[in-house]
Amino acid sequence: MSVELDVFVGNTTIMDKEVYQLWLNGYTVNDAVKVRIEGGVMEECEASAEVLLSDTMDQYRTFQMCERLLHHPAKLANQLLFQIPPDRQAMLIERYYAFDDSFVREVLGKKLSKGTKKDLDDVSTKTGITLKSCRRQFDNFKRVFKVVEELKGPLVENIRQHFLLPDQLARDYAAIVFFANNRFETGKKKLQYLTFQDFAFCAGQLINNWTLGAVDNMTEDMDVDLDKEFLQDLKDLKILITDKDLLDQHKSLVCTALRGKTNVFNEMEANFKNLSRGLVNIAAKLINAKDVRDFFIDLVEKFIEPCRSDKWTSIDMNLYLTHYTNSAHILDTFKHHAVWTRYMGVIKSCILKMYHD
Amino acid sequence: MPGKLKAKIVAGRHLPVMDRASDLTDAFVEVKFGNTTFKTDVYPKSLNPQWNSEWFKFEVDDEDLQDEPLQITVLDHDTYSANDAIGKVYIDIDPLLCSEAATVISGWLPIYDTIHGIRGEINVLVKVDLFNDLNRFRQSSCGVKFFCTTSIPRCYRAVMVHGFVEELVVNEDPEYQWIDRIRTPRASNEARQRLIFLMSGELQRKIGLKVLEMGGNAVVGYLQCFDLEGETGLVVRAIGTACTLEKISTLPATATHPSNSSPSKDMKEPGFGEEAPGVPLSSGPPTPLRAQTFSSFSPSKSYSRQSSSSDTELSLTPKTGMGSGGSAGKEAGPLKALLRQQTQSALEQREYPFFTLTAFPPGFLLHVGGVVSARSVKLLDRIHNPDEPETRDAWWEEIRQEIKSHAKALGCHAVVGYSESTSICEEVCILSASGTAAILSSRFMQDGSLDTEHRFEEVVPPGCGFCHIPYDELNIPFPAQLTYCYCCRRYKVPDVLFTTIDLPTEANVTGKGCLIQARLCRTKKKAQGEGNATAISNLLPFLEYELHTQLMNKLKLRGMNALFGLRIQISVGETMLLGLASATGVYLTALPSPGGIQVAGKTPSDITYEQHISNMQKKINDTISKNKELHEINPPEVVEEIIGSPIPEPRQRSRLFRSHSESSDEVSELDLSHGKKDAFVLEIDDTDAVEDIHALLTDSPTPAGFYSCNTEIMPGIQNWTSAIQMFTSVRVFRLNANLTNQGLNKIFSDLCENLLKSLYFKLRSMVPCCLCHLNFTVAIPEDELIQVAVTAVAMSFDKEQSLENGKQSGEKTLIKAITENDEQLQFNLELNAETSSPNPLSSPKGLSEVGSHPSARAPSVDYSSFADRCSSWIEQLKLKAHTIRRGSVKTTSSLEKASPLPEGRSRSLRSNRSYSGSSVAVVKMTPLSFIPGAKIIKYLGIINMFFIRETTSLREEGGVSGFLHTFIAEVFAMVRAHVAALGGNAVVSYSMKECVFMENPNKNQAQCLINVSGDAVIFIQESELESTSVQTQSATTHTSNGGEGT
Repeated sequence: MSVELDVFVGNTTIMDKEVYQLWLNGYTVNDAVKVRIEGGVMEECEASAEVLLSDTMDQYRTFQMCERLLHHPAKLANQLLFQIPPDRQAMLIERYYAFDDSFVREVLGKKLSKGTKKDLDDVSTKTGITLKSCRRQFDNFKRVFKVVEELKGPLVENIRQHFLLPDQLARDYAAIVFFANNRFETGKKKLQYLTFQDFAFCAGQLINNWTLGAVDNMTEDMDVDLDKEFLQDLKDLKILITDKDLLDQHKSLVCTALRGKTNVFNEMEANFKNLSRGLVNIAAKLINAKDVRDFFIDLVEKFIEPCRSDKWTSIDMNLYLTHYTNSAHILDTFKHHAVWTRYMGVIKSCILKMYHD
Repeated sequence: MPGKLKAKIVAGRHLPVMDRASDLTDAFVEVKFGNTTFKTDVYPKSLNPQWNSEWFKFEVDDEDLQDEPLQITVLDHDTYSANDAIGKVYIDIDPLLCSEAATVISGWLPIYDTIHGIRGEINVLVKVDLFNDLNRFRQSSCGVKFFCTTSIPRCYRAVMVHGFVEELVVNEDPEYQWIDRIRTPRASNEARQRLIFLMSGELQRKIGLKVLEMGGNAVVGYLQCFDLEGETGLVVRAIGTACTLEKISTLPATATHPSNSSPSKDMKEPGFGEEAPGVPLSSGPPTPLRAQTFSSFSPSKSYSRQSSSSDTELSLTPKTGMGSGGSAGKEAGPLKALLRQQTQSALEQREYPFFTLTAFPPGFLLHVGGVVSARSVKLLDRIHNPDEPETRDAWWEEIRQEIKSHAKALGCHAVVGYSESTSICEEVCILSASGTAAILSSRFMQDGSLDTEHRFEEVVPPGCGFCHIPYDELNIPFPAQLTYCYCCRRYKVPDVLFTTIDLPTEANVTGKGCLIQARLCRTKKKAQGEGNATAISNLLPFLEYELHTQLMNKLKLRGMNALFGLRIQISVGETMLLGLASATGVYLTALPSPGGIQVAGKTPSDITYEQHISNMQKKINDTISKNKELHEINPPEVVEEIIGSPIPEPRQRSRLFRSHSESSDEVSELDLSHGKKDAFVLEIDDTDAVEDIHALLTDSPTPAGFYSCNTEIMPGIQNWTSAIQMFTSVRVFRLNANLTNQGLNKIFSDLCENLLKSLYFKLRSMVPCCLCHLNFTVAIPEDELIQVAVTAVAMSFDKEQSLENGKQSGEKTLIKAITENDEQLQFNLELNAETSSPNPLSSPKGLSEVGSHPSARAPSVDYSSFADRCSSWIEQLKLKAHTIRRGSVKTTSSLEKASPLPEGRSRSLRSNRSYSGSSVAVVKMTPLSFIPGAKIIKYLGIINMFFIRETTSLREEGGVSGFLHTFIAEVFAMVRAHVAALGGNAVVSYSMKECVFMENPNKNQAQCLINVSGDAVIFIQESELESTSVQTQSATTHTSNGGEGT
């Protein structure tokens, strides 16, 4: 004796948020039923485990049928098969495209290729996220990447329009696409302390200031690639460290400004040249794709780690970077003000975000 | 005479990839009507082709217009091989043939393939020009309106109810033709779909002709069914009630009153006025000649009834009839007799005084006798001449005669709530018909002697009149206890009342109602041919008897005394019979209190045994009192002696008469023996009784916040919100071999109970809510399989107000109730004022917002044609609303200040409205004839669709559940799309009449047939309507009253 067939179809498609989340998390039907039973829904509604199983299976089937549409969220709004109220549609999309921070940290900056996908079972064991969920998240990244790769115009806006995502989620996806496209290294041990939101913030800074789209959004290559011309110009900043006079002058200006305002003045003074060399060298090397990938690791190694060992506070950091940036403009022989501002603006906000006390 | 059908193919979208190499499709479209075919150009390499074709014109007879569907086929062009079909769309153009229905079909329709399901959508435009209006009425039945709704449709009123119309057509089933062996499954499915479309069209046309002959202009309660007989053919049959309807114009915004009828009169009597003869009919001949009507009523019936004695017919069939038995029909009081003779004279001239209606205009239904039903078992034979389906006709003829005589035995001249059904297994077919014997007022049937009747009518109190017995109390055809009516104390009423109709709106009911089901399984030996038929006919009476006993016991257990919407379904399989009776139990105030159930053993010597019995008795008593509490049944205490009731021996405990209004000729004999023992029913020695008690006590109560019924609405609940959720749920259960009857019963009962539990759980977010029109259908698709399908609608209601209403019904707080009532009224007014005031500000803003965001607009663009139509309409309303409100701003604001209370509610209302405004594409579906909180302003035509879906990759589609889930969702989607294309936003009286599911998991195959029907309508929310004009004020209050009552 067994139930051979069991379906429920509503004119308005009924979707339980809780079950949807369990489905997204990659739970099997049986596991989902267990979770629901523990959640106490049974007592609440005078239901039996049988009822719960039937409901869960039904919901899972509905979600599976909807999944095809969720791959192209715009279709969800004008398909005829399911009658889903708009607010529900938005919920479905948002949750489907939501991802786990711990998962994204594992694949951030990696090529979204079949190879990476094959390694997802390792990621799954490492993060404790089910393989199914990992695959969905990975496929989402890849799908968004593929669609916006070819599109002109601002990255975040493209993502928002094509995938009907809320603003914040669209920004996160922009960061993921940007990282994947430029293959930034984020997996090294020294970078482990950084969260996805740290990187997402930096990506936002880079997208808004260093890409072609930042200066001219009519150009073809727009938001996903860094502005080559700008990277070329960055080489000119080298004068700040190669010219001994300039370097000394810069140091004395910064020191004058900071004297008495910080507890780590001595360390700062002693380290000034090293730190300045670090930042300028990063700038000068960005023209090489390989060095772009190491951008974050370089920032950490050349700047953040020395400061941290000297026990700078965030306030010290902010003070130093502000004066370091501004003082350069006062230097007589330094001409590349625009490039400097564009470079240091991003560097400063990135470092401040990446510098955890 | 002829008409011109015009079709234009605009565009396609979401087409499937047909060319693997390019991942694209070269699509073109064939448009076919009758034998004429047009083609569009090929739109190369696109999944979203823009054909924008010319208008394809078909010049055809209107007979063809009625019969044929417009067939649209989307194909993929292939230069080298045959073009591949992507899918088809069948469009029923019948709604376009009626001037009052839809005028154009325009919108996105799903492209459907019987193997792949929905494959993209196509945007089409279809119009019809009929050449000569006057002439066409004479030539064919164009213009006759069809309604699935089993009451007078909401925006019409009945001028006249003509009576029963029926027709059936037969054909060979393409699935069983020789050619099926060599053609593809797709070709065979499509042949079948097309054939059924054609047959439905033909059937509708023929019924329409009959209606015109009778002088009517509409068919209400149209019920069309398919009998898939297999080898012997395919029968499509339909029954309905012919009426002359007149449209009520309630909307001053659009109203241009017919010059002759005065609007003020309409206001006073928007329902069913007595001045009917004075009002000119909007269409159809003004005064049909009676003679003409009757003589030509049913021309196909001219053959003699001797033809029914064909070889295959088994005269030993039981022809079970409920409520029949014995000879009756003697007239009682002289007044009544007079009345009866008058109406009877009108009715008796009809071949069948049957009505498929389940709800009636006030004053139409006078008395209800009880349920009448008839069944017969037949052996199917090949239909040799499809043009003259005499045997099938004769079979039904026989059953209807039976029903008619049963009604007569109950002293009734009419049968209402009438329906017919079949169950087929191999070559055996059970035909069933059932209805409620009743006496009707002749007011709506052409009869001159209205006046005498009226005077008589007005004497009868409206709330209990229908309960009064129509039969002669000295000559009751079955044992029953009669008492004086508990409402008026003047006429006799029975102790229980079973009916197949909806609860009359005027009925006095105590407490709330609930769904009551009797479920039964009986095993039967495998047999062939006549032997099998005999075995089945022998089993049937017992099955029905037990179902009835169960119903009666469950009714008592709930402390109720009447059943409405009773539907008994008997399904036949190779090794078992399945019976399912569903009804809604209520406590009719007019009927006596049902008393308890008493258990007793036959061997009183044993002490433990006694204890066992008293335990059981206690359990039963507890359940009864718990149920009474649950359903709020607390009838006013009445001491019977004071009134001097003539009950022979008044007893506290009323007995359960298994026999009342039940049983066939054979069974009634059985009953009598039972009925004469006038103690109680449940004797514990009887193993059946033990089983009965168990069945009684295992029915679990509905969870808190839920109510359920199988009628249109639940008595005692009035404040429906606009939240409705229609659903279909199907379960198939596999049985083990070698089960006993008891085991089977338990399984079947559990299956139904669990299904209900699942529904309650699924819909828990809608609490407090009521599952209305719960329609169960059972089938035995193959040996050891039981299939149960449920379609119903869950409707939320407002708890607070329903409580208040409950309070009001309390008798002692009468004065208080009145003041309360006043308060409530005020409250309502405030609410209206408040909710409507932000309307002109908020909604137009919403609209403009939508307009300014191109991305946001995208979804609604697809329904542009519909949206345009609606928005212009809404715009119009808004303009009106605005101007009016300007005048009444002051009062509004003062009221606002005065009432801090309704703010929360008004907000929710507002949000509801803005919500429905933003998504134009939403199409509501409901099995009910109305939409809560809304007013139906136009009926667009009948939706009657038949689909077949087949798969050869069952596992890949998610197994049987996945397959059926997708298919049902697809059917819903197609219904919604067609309604939207007609310009509608809802389907009412929706039903899934057929869901035949067959599987062969070993071959990875499955096939399913679904037939659905309903009425496409346009509705508007009442909250919007109320703000339209001061003029409508009276009209809307009237409708809201009507809404409460229903």
